Amino acid sequence: MTDPSFPQSRRDLFKMIGAAGGGAAMYQAMTTLGHAAETQFTGPPRLSGAPKGSSVVVLGAGLAGMLAAYELMQAGYKVTVLEYQDRPGGRNYTIRGGDKIVEVGGATQTCTFAPGNYVNPGPWRIPHHHRTLLHYCKAFGVELEPFIQMNHNAFVHRSKAFGGKPQRYRDVAVDFKGHVAELMGKALNAGSLDDKLTKEDKDKLLVAMREWGVLDKNMSYTSNLAVSGQRGYDKAPGGGVGGAPTPSQVNGLSDVLSSNVWTQMGFYFNYVMQTTMFQPKGGMDMIGKAFAKRLGKMIRYNAKVTEITQNETGVTAVWEDTKTGQKASTSAAWMVNTIPLPVLNQIPMQVGPKLQAAIKAVPFNGQLKIGIEMKRRFWEDDYSIYGGHSFTDQAIGLISYPNNNMFSDGPAVLLGAFANGAGAFQLTGMTPEQRIEAALAQGSVFHPAEYRKEFISGVSLAWSRVPWIMGCTSRWTEESRAAHYQNLCAIDGRIVLAGEHATYYGGWMEGSMLSALDAVERIHKKASAA
Amino acid sequence: MKARLVLGVGVLTLAAATGLRAQDGPGGGPTAVEVASEGREVYEQICQACHMADAKGGSGAGAAIPALAGNPRLADKDFGTTILLKGRGGMPWFSDILTPEQMAAVLTYVRSHFNDYKDPVTVADIERLAAL
Ligand SMILES: Cc1cc2nc3c(=O)[nH]c(=O)nc-3n(C[C@H](O)[C@H](O)[C@H](O)COP(=O)(O)OP(=O)(O)OC[C@H]3O[C@@H](n4cnc5c(N)ncnc54)[C@H](O)[C@@H]3O)c2cc1C
Repeated sequence: MTDPSFPQSRRDLFKMIGAAGGGAAMYQAMTTLGHAAETQFTGPPRLSGAPKGSSVVVLGAGLAGMLAAYELMQAGYKVTVLEYQDRPGGRNYTIRGGDKIVEVGGATQTCTFAPGNYVNPGPWRIPHHHRTLLHYCKAFGVELEPFIQMNHNAFVHRSKAFGGKPQRYRDVAVDFKGHVAELMGKALNAGSLDDKLTKEDKDKLLVAMREWGVLDKNMSYTSNLAVSGQRGYDKAPGGGVGGAPTPSQVNGLSDVLSSNVWTQMGFYFNYVMQTTMFQPKGGMDMIGKAFAKRLGKMIRYNAKVTEITQNETGVTAVWEDTKTGQKASTSAAWMVNTIPLPVLNQIPMQVGPKLQAAIKAVPFNGQLKIGIEMKRRFWEDDYSIYGGHSFTDQAIGLISYPNNNMFSDGPAVLLGAFANGAGAFQLTGMTPEQRIEAALAQGSVFHPAEYRKEFISGVSLAWSRVPWIMGCTSRWTEESRAAHYQNLCAIDGRIVLAGEHATYYGGWMEGSMLSALDAVERIHKKASAA
Repeated sequence: MKARLVLGVGVLTLAAATGLRAQDGPGGGPTAVEVASEGREVYEQICQACHMADAKGGSGAGAAIPALAGNPRLADKDFGTTILLKGRGGMPWFSDILTPEQMAAVLTYVRSHFNDYKDPVTVADIERLAAL
């Protein structure tokens, strides 16, 4: 027998709290119980009861637009999605053999990767706490596999450290930790911190430094077998008569400092960069395709929206069929507009001055990625590197090794560049051929004997030159958030904006989706009240 | 106000700060990428990424990257400076990538090479507008 007033499961408990105190109370309770602090997602919106005959036009078939369309369709709205490209997904994009890339300015590339090979030029990794995205992947049967985020055996390279010779991340990270622990121990033993610590805590901290830094009995960080147990051996432990290992040599403090390895160590501490991470099997665009399958004919491709008008009763998008040049327009009661701001700020749209100003206030970053197909997986065969990233301070930023099909023969694709800042501008300004040459020259630092020898082909995506976005991700500042964010999100008459620029989780698919859910909930509420 | 602050700090420090952005990014340490000091080279290494080698820009999905070549708005010396310092629409500010010297050099180059405005933009011009 069960007592109906007593919650049977945590979920029931949340429901009760939700009913009593509303969403905020529920969210707080979930956080207290160790759930949900990670995302504002509390489950799909489960909208229902769209006003009879009510319609919505959605601009953009990226994840924000398609999620909005999907949930509004579920609620009973008549939905049309207008998309400029001939494919769904927007930035959720994968390049494979046969795909053609045409840049603003006209540069054209055709990818020649072998069947099954691909590069994800935009999103490529999904943190375990992006619950909205993971929810829809699971619901739509998008198969996910691990994305190898952290690889101790990959390299760290700085032009001015170690004579320009890349170091294994493991070696320099362990050395950094060891030296810092030794110095901390010295400061503690010299009494330098006695006014900051109780005697008891000082003793504990000394033990911690010895154990954490793998210090010897003199509290020194030295080359020995215990340290090699973390940073690897000169001669690894073996079997039989010659089985005894010999230790590796630790690096001196100044060399380790010049490697800047703490930036990588810190990188892996970032909440959005922590393991476990995932990627869809077969390419990131599997997610966009899964949404598109559920929307079917609702999406109108090759539709370039050129103007947006509205009045008291509805909203109209004027568009051009990019294949035929024919002009058309689509009217609906409401609009969810997910066109990226660098494009949207140039499209005439009938909205108030506050929203106009907000749309113009957010510039976009311009990152660049390069996929390189190699004849064989030399990073696996010759270097024991399986997934993960090798970092460099050169323009390419890093090279990253494929997470799938490990140990297989035949060509494989690695990420040959993920450039941002000045490096991205430099590479973007080059011709596609020059970019590949730069990527080969810079990437060779990690695999000098193999990089050019095994090279087959490469393809680059310079986001600043992608016609439907002319940028990569939105760049808010504290000032622009304070002045414009609420205005950007507020419903203007019949129009609401959503997407990567309308979230505090910019630069992540999760943020685009959370933005879409928030937008459709508000539109549905307004439509229901009207 | 922000620009003034930024101009005082070295480029390296700022590059390191990008690691603090929550957006997806490569995640390496500070970059060793250096931007040249000469106007034409700054154009090729930075501006050309979007405005193209011929400075004619290009068109996209109902929007365009504006041409800098033959652009009458550049007659006003301060027009380009303000954009480099503050950004405009989809274009970000460049105060974290270019020094005042590089900004002056590239603006002078763009105005005289792709247009016919011969009076140079000076570091003093940049600093005057950055102080606003
Ligand atoms: C280099 C890079 C790396 C990233 N890495 C990650 C990552 O690892 N993990 C992660 O979660 N996220 C990552 N992101 C962010 C992620 O890609 C975005 O947050 C998300 O995909 C954006 O979805 P959206 O629907 O908001 O916008 P978009 O996907 O950009 O959709 C906008 C749509 O509008 C269409 N459109 C534009 N103009 C018009 C017009 N005039 N008429 C009609 N349609 C138009 C476009 O074609 C596009 O389909 C990355 C992004 C980039 C660029």
